[in-house]
Amino acid sequence: MTRVGWIRLVVIVTAIALLEATCRLGLIDARVVIPPSEMAAALFRLLVSGQLNGVMARTFGIVILAVVLAVILGFALGLVIHALPRVREALDPFFATYYAVPIFIFYPVMVAIFGLSVIPILLMGVATAIVAMVIATLNGLDRVPRVLTKVARVHRMGRLETALRLKLPAAAPHLFTGVKLAVSYGFIAVIASEFILAPAGLGRVISDAYSDFDNPRMYALMLLLVIVATAVNMVLHAFDQRWAERRGIAKP
Amino acid sequence: MMATRRAADTLIIVMVMLLAWQALHGMVGATALPAPVPTLAYLARFIPTARFAENAGATLICFAEALVVSYAVGLAIGVWMGLHRMSGAVGEPILVALYSLPKITLYPVVLLIFGLSLSGRVTFGAMHGILPVALLTMSAIRNIPPVYLKSARTLHLSTTQVIFTILFPAALPEIVAGLRIGFSLTLLGVLLAEMFAAKHGMGFLIVNAMQLLQTEEMLTVAIVLFCFAALANASLLAAEHRLHRRV
Repeated sequence: MTRVGWIRLVVIVTAIALLEATCRLGLIDARVVIPPSEMAAALFRLLVSGQLNGVMARTFGIVILAVVLAVILGFALGLVIHALPRVREALDPFFATYYAVPIFIFYPVMVAIFGLSVIPILLMGVATAIVAMVIATLNGLDRVPRVLTKVARVHRMGRLETALRLKLPAAAPHLFTGVKLAVSYGFIAVIASEFILAPAGLGRVISDAYSDFDNPRMYALMLLLVIVATAVNMVLHAFDQRWAERRGIAKP
Repeated sequence: MMATRRAADTLIIVMVMLLAWQALHGMVGATALPAPVPTLAYLARFIPTARFAENAGATLICFAEALVVSYAVGLAIGVWMGLHRMSGAVGEPILVALYSLPKITLYPVVLLIFGLSLSGRVTFGAMHGILPVALLTMSAIRNIPPVYLKSARTLHLSTTQVIFTILFPAALPEIVAGLRIGFSLTLLGVLLAEMFAAKHGMGFLIVNAMQLLQTEEMLTVAIVLFCFAALANASLLAAEHRLHRRV
């Protein structure tokens, strides 16, 4: 590991140790924050007991389904919009505002329409993630070298074949950035929906534990989500970097 | 000519969206989704009421405070990490990791610390806004051509002079981009906080309307928030473009 990496590790470990010490010394009330070691112990007990398996399968299942749908539909939409420059021009202001607007406020509307079930949560996940994928697809297709389209014409490839065999690989690094954002946004939207109102799921369990003043359970689940989110983002970031380097568009 | 055609195209898309809304209303029925015309009529009736003013005011105050905290803390962290290379290199991945965390999971902690108070909602809003402001400010300062800083050194400028006469003007367009993202995320944070636990504010109104199945009010609040965020974003975006052209 590099020197910077070591320093970063020291900073993180020190921060956790400080929290642990202040909790143990009673400077922070146990009714507010419990020591990190107890969070970890509670999480371990919960995971071993298997109580969480159902909830975890549900929440992560919805996240995965939402991301897969958003990536596939987003790519398809991106292809269509890219082929129609006038539509794209008209849609540009919408893309520019999409993430500036708290689209999450439409979650209650979705619940009113589809009832309190998996569907509104899934839709929120897809709705939040899909536009990142569309934008990434458009960016990626803009950077497909002109020569490749000529190659496609020389080989008399159909539209679908051109899209899948030439445009998809050529635009891949940008698409991957879209996938990365889709995962991150989808995750956030699903958890937030469960938090506000849902029949089940990790977000709901945390919010219930908060209402019951069950701190060990609440902090254990928060720790779980923090670990999962960080791990997923780190893996995606590593892939993204490697891919970008190979294509020569590495960010300095 | 170009501009009018563009405006017409955008108008067509708005019309298509309204038609889709109307069609969805036809499919799911008036209780689940009211039609566009009655909703807009409700909107016109709702905005002059005291109830709207009170809740919109509550959200605005909370949002303004959260925004001030986001900008102040975010800019301070960003400037520090941008100038001090080591802290930047150490801190950036930590900030990025925090940025992509679903922060709503941490809201109960904020509630346990602050209780159901304005400061809790302000803190939660600021938690969303600080990170993008800090990250973009940092990268803005790092992207300043080193020659600017070298000339500052030859002129023997003090640190404050460097910050105000060199760093801010040179990094301003990108910093404004950070402030724009910070603006929308702070708004999202404040609204989420109000949706989860509050007794007034726009977020409370929308959740309350959902529980009472007053779909017209729900849509109305959503539309108001949508327009507010879209307008604010458009003006900040315009400022950003102007600054980019100036440099």
